Amino acid sequence: MSTKLLLDKAHIAGIETFEIYRKEGGYRAAEKALKSMTPDEITEEVKKSGLRGRGGAGFPTGMKWSFLAKPEGVPRYLVCNADESEPGTFKDRFLMEKIPHLLVEGLIVSSFALGANTAYIYIRGEYAWIVHILEKAIAEAKNNGFLGKNILGTGFDLEIHVQRGAGAYICGEETALLESLEGKRGNPRIKPPFPAVKGLYGCPTVVNNVESIAAAVPIVNMTGDEYAKIGLGRSTGTKLISASGNINKPGVYEIVLGLSVEEFLMSDEYCGGMKNGKKLKACVPGGSSVPILPHDLLFKTANGETRLMTYESLSDGGFATGSMLGSGGFIVYDEDQCIVENTYNFTRFYRHESCGQCSPCREGTGWMEKLLWRLDNGQGKMEDIDLLWDIQRKIEGNTICPLGDAASWPVAAAIRHFREEFEWHVTHPKEAMERNYGLRKNIYVAPTTAGA
Amino acid sequence: MAKVTIDGHLMEVPDGTTILNAARMMAEHHPELSANVPPAMCYYSKLEGSGGKCRTCLVQVTKGSEKDPRPMPKLVASCRTTVMDGMEVQNKLSPQVQDARKGVVEFLLLNHPLDCPVCDQAGECHLQDLGYEHGSQNTRYEFKRRTFEVEDIGDKVKLHMNRCILCYRCVFTANQITEGRVHGIINRGDHAEISTYIHQSIDNDFSGNVIDVCPVGALTDKTFRFKSRVWNTNPYNAHRECTNPKCNGHVVLWMAGNDILRVTARKDQWGEVESFICNECRFDKKSLGDWILEGPRKVDRHSVISGGHYNSLSDKKVLTKSTTFAVMEGSKKD
Repeated sequence: MSTKLLLDKAHIAGIETFEIYRKEGGYRAAEKALKSMTPDEITEEVKKSGLRGRGGAGFPTGMKWSFLAKPEGVPRYLVCNADESEPGTFKDRFLMEKIPHLLVEGLIVSSFALGANTAYIYIRGEYAWIVHILEKAIAEAKNNGFLGKNILGTGFDLEIHVQRGAGAYICGEETALLESLEGKRGNPRIKPPFPAVKGLYGCPTVVNNVESIAAAVPIVNMTGDEYAKIGLGRSTGTKLISASGNINKPGVYEIVLGLSVEEFLMSDEYCGGMKNGKKLKACVPGGSSVPILPHDLLFKTANGETRLMTYESLSDGGFATGSMLGSGGFIVYDEDQCIVENTYNFTRFYRHESCGQCSPCREGTGWMEKLLWRLDNGQGKMEDIDLLWDIQRKIEGNTICPLGDAASWPVAAAIRHFREEFEWHVTHPKEAMERNYGLRKNIYVAPTTAGA
Repeated sequence: MAKVTIDGHLMEVPDGTTILNAARMMAEHHPELSANVPPAMCYYSKLEGSGGKCRTCLVQVTKGSEKDPRPMPKLVASCRTTVMDGMEVQNKLSPQVQDARKGVVEFLLLNHPLDCPVCDQAGECHLQDLGYEHGSQNTRYEFKRRTFEVEDIGDKVKLHMNRCILCYRCVFTANQITEGRVHGIINRGDHAEISTYIHQSIDNDFSGNVIDVCPVGALTDKTFRFKSRVWNTNPYNAHRECTNPKCNGHVVLWMAGNDILRVTARKDQWGEVESFICNECRFDKKSLGDWILEGPRKVDRHSVISGGHYNSLSDKKVLTKSTTFAVMEGSKKD
């Protein structure tokens, strides 16, 4: 068995209660942090651990914490981003459902490190039942003196509030999240200023993913140096991966970063291989926003190196032949899946979730959706493929927030790697409605169109 | 003060100035540079918080600052990016910027109806100007445009949501100029729309200003609808003693013969209102006896109303020779 740091006790019956969690060694990190460490020492440990944001962008968490402005007399906030809505990602849901106290403890440790006396958990509206689980855990922690005034007699105060979103993907973008939390329309803010300077209610704020905050607990327990020894290179520690698609064992897995993609997909310990003995066609390794990888680029990079589950290895080759670890939404497609339909499905999602604030994303996503629908339904034209490429190119990088990029990348990657399948949909419209194209025929060749 | 170079022209501007305003300052002192100012569809210098949304003012920062000379990785919205000392910016000179801007214009026109022949805004429409200058001859869009019903929001203002480009200017105006905002954006994405609270209409003494800030024909004056094309009317500066303390009564009368067809606020060379006017001046004072005429108003803005012919900026020569300008005293700060 490999090392588990977050979900190691998730299987224990009753772990969602304070009593059992505490008996299993829970809240040790909170005690250690509050009683024997200074806030700066905790931030230093998190820096040393090399922990990178688990929400998708992979920005070093310790660095993010050290950017927090600390003006006198102004409150600071910690906001936990539990608006997990990336298609293919469901790891935070599992963590919060099974061991809510791990998140609560992580929030205590992180808030203490940041000097925040109020922390918010912004949870996606669809996770309605998890709100009750979290609120129960918060109440239990409060009854046992881990929350509220003068925690453990250290003089540190902390309140945690749970706020439900209203069902918008865009509210997972940190500044849109803050707007929504303030009770406004969830439109992303124009940056700068960044939340670390001007965040919630105009005060310095850190927004972290659920998994990043939970990871502060093992880091404090085992020290940052020890944590950094797990994993590979700059991808330290463990990561929760949500595996879905045509595999034998879909689910949430905690892996040590550095595991090979092949082992993750094929071994019985994790995904258990392809379902029904089908062939692997493609994989989206990090949630719907990241570029799709064809079967021949998944286990090996373009240079023939073994592809590993790390931030670096998955993005090896840039967008031309690589992808991203993202939020760890590992979606696997077998030979019976249609890439055009899948791309249409993703684009439909982004069109629906665009906030409509800036022109390229508002108008471009709808246009791409219509073109992809036409292609998928055997009504497309050859020019549509180049047009799609041009549209995604004009959205990418030109928008206020990363949703525009997230909508562009899957389209770009699908055309880059599966252009022949798009063309087949145009040349064989009837056939395309009846059967799927199957695996791509050509082994990897340099893309015919310039990189995104 | 910060030294900034835009398309090869160096100028010193106050700290905290945005790139767009720096370009405007250059043009105010050197009119031949007005072609180098990035277009803005949503930014409005009088409205706090506006800008950043339409993406037409994107520019390329090729040098971040003297301290950190690295170029910025993406194009930035010039209306919301402040200059740094030593910053170098490319607007007209950057093919990447021109390409992106062309894309933005295409996106803006995707769902915008081409009903200019029946639109009251035609002739003074910023989207028309933008389309002339940066758009393509043909559209590549082959689908049905999204449509909305025409709506009355208030007894004086008509909303053509089909024409709206969601610049949010009217929302900021209602927030900052009027007593209370009763309209806003509902829904999201390409089905987002301007709307009032159910059964509420815009009714306060400064509401008419939303018409003036609208860059397109989405919000039009019901007292002027279909009365004339704007280029067939003659603009005159005029004023009256207005009793409303927030209104100074300085307006433009748009006349046909001795008839006042329309009253608007005065707009500067960037198409922005100089001072907002009240509804009484705008909608109720339509006879010559109400006003003291100052004389004909010259329209500087490059558009049909500037002289019956469309003077596209791209026809004018863009200055590319490097020059250095010093900022004049008392130049406006962002």
